[in-house]
Amino acid sequence: MNRFNRHRLWAVVMKEFIQMKRDRVTFVMMIGIPLMQLLLFGFAINSDPRHLPAAVRAADQGPFARTLVQALRTSDYFALVREAGTEAEARRLLQLGEVQFVINIPEDFSRKLLRGERPTVLVEADATDPAATGPALAAVNALAGSVFNRDLPGPLARLQAKNGPVDFRIHAHYNPENITQYNVVPGLMGVVLTMTMVIITGLAITRERERGTMENLLATPVRPFEVMVGKILPYIAVGYIQMTLILVAARFLFNVPMVGSLPLLYAVSLIFIAANLAVGITFSTLARNQLQAVQMAFFFFLPSILLSGFMFPFRGMPPWAQAVGSCLPNTHFLRIVRGILLKGNGLSEIAPELWPLLLFVVVAMTIGVKRYRQTLD
Amino acid sequence: MPTDLAIDVTGVTKRFGEKTVVNAIDLQVRRGEIYGFLGPNGSGKTTFIRMLCGLLTPDAGTGTCLGHDLLTEQAAIKRHVGYMTQRFSYYEDLSIRENLDFIARIYAVPDRPSAVQRSLERLGLANRSHQLAGELSGGWKQRLALAACLIHSPQLLLLDEPTAGVDPKARREFWDEIHQLAADGLTVLITTHYMDEAERCHRLGYIAYGSLLARGTLDEVLATARLVTWTVSGPDLRALADTLRGRPGVEQVVAFGNTLHVSGRDATKLEAAIAAVRDPRHEWQRIRSGLEDVFISLMDEAKDNFS
Repeated sequence: MNRFNRHRLWAVVMKEFIQMKRDRVTFVMMIGIPLMQLLLFGFAINSDPRHLPAAVRAADQGPFARTLVQALRTSDYFALVREAGTEAEARRLLQLGEVQFVINIPEDFSRKLLRGERPTVLVEADATDPAATGPALAAVNALAGSVFNRDLPGPLARLQAKNGPVDFRIHAHYNPENITQYNVVPGLMGVVLTMTMVIITGLAITRERERGTMENLLATPVRPFEVMVGKILPYIAVGYIQMTLILVAARFLFNVPMVGSLPLLYAVSLIFIAANLAVGITFSTLARNQLQAVQMAFFFFLPSILLSGFMFPFRGMPPWAQAVGSCLPNTHFLRIVRGILLKGNGLSEIAPELWPLLLFVVVAMTIGVKRYRQTLD
Repeated sequence: MPTDLAIDVTGVTKRFGEKTVVNAIDLQVRRGEIYGFLGPNGSGKTTFIRMLCGLLTPDAGTGTCLGHDLLTEQAAIKRHVGYMTQRFSYYEDLSIRENLDFIARIYAVPDRPSAVQRSLERLGLANRSHQLAGELSGGWKQRLALAACLIHSPQLLLLDEPTAGVDPKARREFWDEIHQLAADGLTVLITTHYMDEAERCHRLGYIAYGSLLARGTLDEVLATARLVTWTVSGPDLRALADTLRGRPGVEQVVAFGNTLHVSGRDATKLEAAIAAVRDPRHEWQRIRSGLEDVFISLMDEAKDNFS
């Protein structure tokens, strides 16, 4: 009879712990992933983003206008980083994503205010990500009632109309109906490409080594560079198929507007795909087997989804998280995709996001190729 | 004449960190020769072969492989060498034909389709060509690997334990094939643990702890060791073995079926030790030392020198 035996059970438990200890990557993952999630969800993510960059276009420089600007500043929601001289300049700042809001104070602001005519202040918002702009716009409306309480004392208090002395008009650009899908679906493109490109290349190269076929291959005249590029090219094609699938779904399933040039989007995506492939190659040189390659890809994927502005507003994160996010290719790619599709950006508008991507490719490729060579000798 | 040498290297050394894996090996192999490379696991055989075929760069030493410099002309070497790794290292998820076709493409073999077909037929794989490599048994995998490393008509074949885990009949056929290839002018360097295979090589080298300890024809290698071996048969051999072990002059006592082989390098001491335990019931006879006895003796000797 073979009954339950606790010594045998213990033998298996002990063996499992020893193996766990030996497999460094899994061990790091068990500790690292929860820590990373704790840090990211706990500190970095903020669904009520404050200090959003805004520009003021003040045609009226009078005391009332200054009070208004001051009130916006103290509301915490806006960081008034720029002053725009003309409407065109303001528009460009929005398009480049340098500011998320433009506050237009009209020329006759003070005069109308004193006359009780409720001057109109136009607040233009980049609404591509409704989650980022929503709370700030709500704050603007709340502000309207109280902003001039101190400036309009005594007899002037009559100017405090029931619905406030100022009429804030909000103009949500690019996504006037605040449809979340407009933001999420194009963003998915970056997330899906990151996920598959990093994992697939990681696996493809690690598999070759794990099964011993790499040694055989390298004993032939084929050059390491040819092996690597030959392995990557098919996956670039896969990346483009994935992209096309998402674009088709975005257009016909989610009715996402596509204002900009699709050929431009396809061309720029090559850089992004290259960036992720380079990361995959680097991981494959570090990983001893396919499982480790997947685990490492996960470490890259998690911040790429959480800190890139895909899931949560980028500007709502603390500076350190924004700094980390700025190093990830997905962050820049998301801005490019949203810029092209929703804002109709051209090459000159996306250029500020393009060079960080290129830089990333160069750095990651250099590390990847260097490490890849070392593993051979 | 240097052109007669397929492999001509001196002082080849490879270190991995602190550890010297291959220590100043000199080796000359003539064209058309089958050279057997023997030695215990971890002795540096595989590392040495990897340096010969241009996979690893030696840390020290010079030499040529097929007339190409070992340090600077690795690409040229790779084009003319066929290397069969210890582990099966073709694609298990590709069919036999796809594997051969892939390798033929990499070597840019002229008239590829007929080269692949010839190679399939020569090794008797033609009617299995659509089978996935992963589904093959050990013997067939070995045939595929041999076919693949011959497809570009190399001048030198480096075989790293090609017959490990292959049944005797397949091994016999494999060796017949190797001899046929050598007769056609191919040079073969082969590592093995099987003594019967070692005896089928033209010349042998014995490597342990990264150093080449003995080399030459079978008889020359046997002579280098100067090992004397006696065989004894009769009753109570187990007890006799225990008595003999540790006596001065007795270096090895090995059971072979119903006999014991007793060996030592010092013939007089060994005979004195045997004389001390003589028993009329036992039949003693001096025999020629086997290759295995010689190698174990060489390894023990090397251990004394290197530890």
